[in-house]
Amino acid sequence: MAGAGLSPGVQKKTFFRGRQWPYHLSLTVTAVVIAFPLLYAALIATQNNTEIFAFQLTPGSALKSNFDAVWFGRDFAGAMWNSTIQTFVVTIGKTVLSLLAGLAFVYFKFRGKWVVFFFVLVTLMMPTEVMILAMFRLVSGFGWQDSMLAITVPFLASATGAFLFRQHFANLPSELLEASQIDGASPLQFLTRVIIPISWNVIAALFVIQFVYTWNMFLWPSLIIRDENKQVVQVALQTLTNIDGALTYGPLMLAAIIASIPPAIVFLLMQKPFMSGFAIGQNK
Amino acid sequence: MLIGLIVAAILGPLYVWQNNDRPSAKRYGLGSAIAVLGAAVTPIAMGQCAFAAETTGVDHLFAYTLMAGGAWLALIALQSFFDRADGKKSESAAMTGEIRTGGFRMGWWVPWALLSPTLIVLIVFLYLPAIQTFTLSTKLTRLGAPKSVDVCFGNFTELFITDPWKLVAYPLIAVGLIYGARFWMNRSEPGTLSRKGADVATVVAMLSVFVALYAMFSPGGGEQVAYRPVYVTTVIISVGIVAFGMIGGLAVAYLAFRRIRGGSLYRTFLIWPYAISPAVAGVLFFMIFDPTAGIFTHTMSSVFGIDVPNYRHNAFMAQSAIILASGWKILGYNILFYLAGLQTVSHDQIEAALLDGASTWQRFVKIVLPALSPITFFLLVTNLTYAFFEVYATIDFMTKGAPAGKTSVAIYEIIRVGVNNGDLGRGAAQSVLLFAAVIAVTLWQFRTSGSRVSYGGS
Repeated sequence: MAGAGLSPGVQKKTFFRGRQWPYHLSLTVTAVVIAFPLLYAALIATQNNTEIFAFQLTPGSALKSNFDAVWFGRDFAGAMWNSTIQTFVVTIGKTVLSLLAGLAFVYFKFRGKWVVFFFVLVTLMMPTEVMILAMFRLVSGFGWQDSMLAITVPFLASATGAFLFRQHFANLPSELLEASQIDGASPLQFLTRVIIPISWNVIAALFVIQFVYTWNMFLWPSLIIRDENKQVVQVALQTLTNIDGALTYGPLMLAAIIASIPPAIVFLLMQKPFMSGFAIGQNK
Repeated sequence: MLIGLIVAAILGPLYVWQNNDRPSAKRYGLGSAIAVLGAAVTPIAMGQCAFAAETTGVDHLFAYTLMAGGAWLALIALQSFFDRADGKKSESAAMTGEIRTGGFRMGWWVPWALLSPTLIVLIVFLYLPAIQTFTLSTKLTRLGAPKSVDVCFGNFTELFITDPWKLVAYPLIAVGLIYGARFWMNRSEPGTLSRKGADVATVVAMLSVFVALYAMFSPGGGEQVAYRPVYVTTVIISVGIVAFGMIGGLAVAYLAFRRIRGGSLYRTFLIWPYAISPAVAGVLFFMIFDPTAGIFTHTMSSVFGIDVPNYRHNAFMAQSAIILASGWKILGYNILFYLAGLQTVSHDQIEAALLDGASTWQRFVKIVLPALSPITFFLLVTNLTYAFFEVYATIDFMTKGAPAGKTSVAIYEIIRVGVNNGDLGRGAAQSVLLFAAVIAVTLWQFRTSGSRVSYGGS
């Protein structure tokens, strides 16, 4: 799958021959249809309930009060902060552990490697969700309820990450290792000075995938975190379905949009390295 | 139980004979012993409870199935040991991605130190809970209560029909159909009428698996739990999400992969829902479908004059809304992969397919689809995983399983039983069933991706 990256320039620079405007039109329409739920939510986020029930199609007058209800009324800022810490701890931790595991798999020979490899491979078919009741009991037994430990530590290792780096390292030229062995570099020096500087694409791909995955986590935090002040943002959205005993649409939609901003920014900023790293990941 | 062990002792050498290049008396003996050991693990771990007095045929059936599974796994492990002894190491070295030249020569503990954080987390937070899920599933225990009662397979048998003969017959029929279809497929030449028949037979055989499971799950009544409705709901919603997400994703990707001005900008605007969470997808569609304030109901009644029933009270509407919200969310992911996949299809071939107006569709089916089959297959599995698990958040925001459990899929039911009702044992038993489904899908992926899917161009 060489050249599978989406970046232009890999393939010949010929534009599609023939009339282009039908494609521009249909792509624009498709993009608008896909964006509709979000655009609609953005409209509702500016309105109060009266305007919503009147099906007003222009921006309403309540953006400020909706924001106050979300940000100050329900301490949504606190939930955003909890999610941010959780996401950075998991994402960075997972990247580091995966790099170390990939290093051990590719650049070392040791007895039992095949068994360890199989041991990690099997976890690919063990999603957390199918063992969530046992995990709930186990982690509660650690006394980790309502603690940041419960929503970070269990997710620090992943077979996906370890295998992504293993595959990437295995495709690197072996002269790299020989050269740094002559220089007498230790494995960690080899990793930080040689491997990491040429692996940013793969690291970025894993970073985006793990950032989005962790930020969007819902089921596990909804079980193990019961204290509202410790809650992550996806679950905190639920408290906004009901304000003062009534269904309030505006604040809920605004909160949903705010909650989507961090992963959207990460995705957009790192789109290019993500795409090329992702093409490497697909290159079996 | 003794019968099971004797059967294992006989079948063990047969497996060795089938799979081994250099069978010997020693290996046959080992095969027999290992098969008996594998078969004995589960009954011994469970104290032979399934063979106590007052057990039914269904209990025995479960016990024998587990014994067969244990023997089979033990034999697979033995076979890979033989393969290594026979010097078939090259394959495993390629698999673990070993570099050809040397590697670091340091103390034996260095690689273990590098791997230990990963291994510790995997053991404590994946393997340990997995084992505990199995032990919990054989007990009746309340959340937060220390006491528990062993119920053997009771949490499982209550989910299935009570007639052991039917429970044996249905899966055997389905397996028989699959092997029959495969046999027919191997015997027929491509392009003949016989091959078309074999294609149809393959589809029928695959569907028969779903029908067999439908017939095996209990419809409820008496002491049985009505698990059949949960199964039906899970199948409807999973199939709906996967079909909508994948067909939609392919259609949009096929529209967007052409090299036109501003192409990468369009792509960004098409794939961004990848970053949206299942919970936010639930919130957005909760708003659209809201019966009083939502734009959908309002437009349908004011523009088209159709009174749409409240989706939280109507099973079809509720399931459609969940499928639409989840399918929309996963669309971006599928477009992303299909765009990458379409780059690998020969450009000339696609342009030929585009320009030849008369048979565009045919060429699409004959050239583009086969070239995309590895991606399609990969997406099928990831989308299915999404539909099994991530859909939880969307359902929790939109319907909470209503109306009458018609949107309560397997994972939602596990949380309802295990956490909300506090019935850990029963919830764990349902988890084991879902676990089995995930393992089946993954194994199917491993087998198929090796043999049948075309990897053209890679």
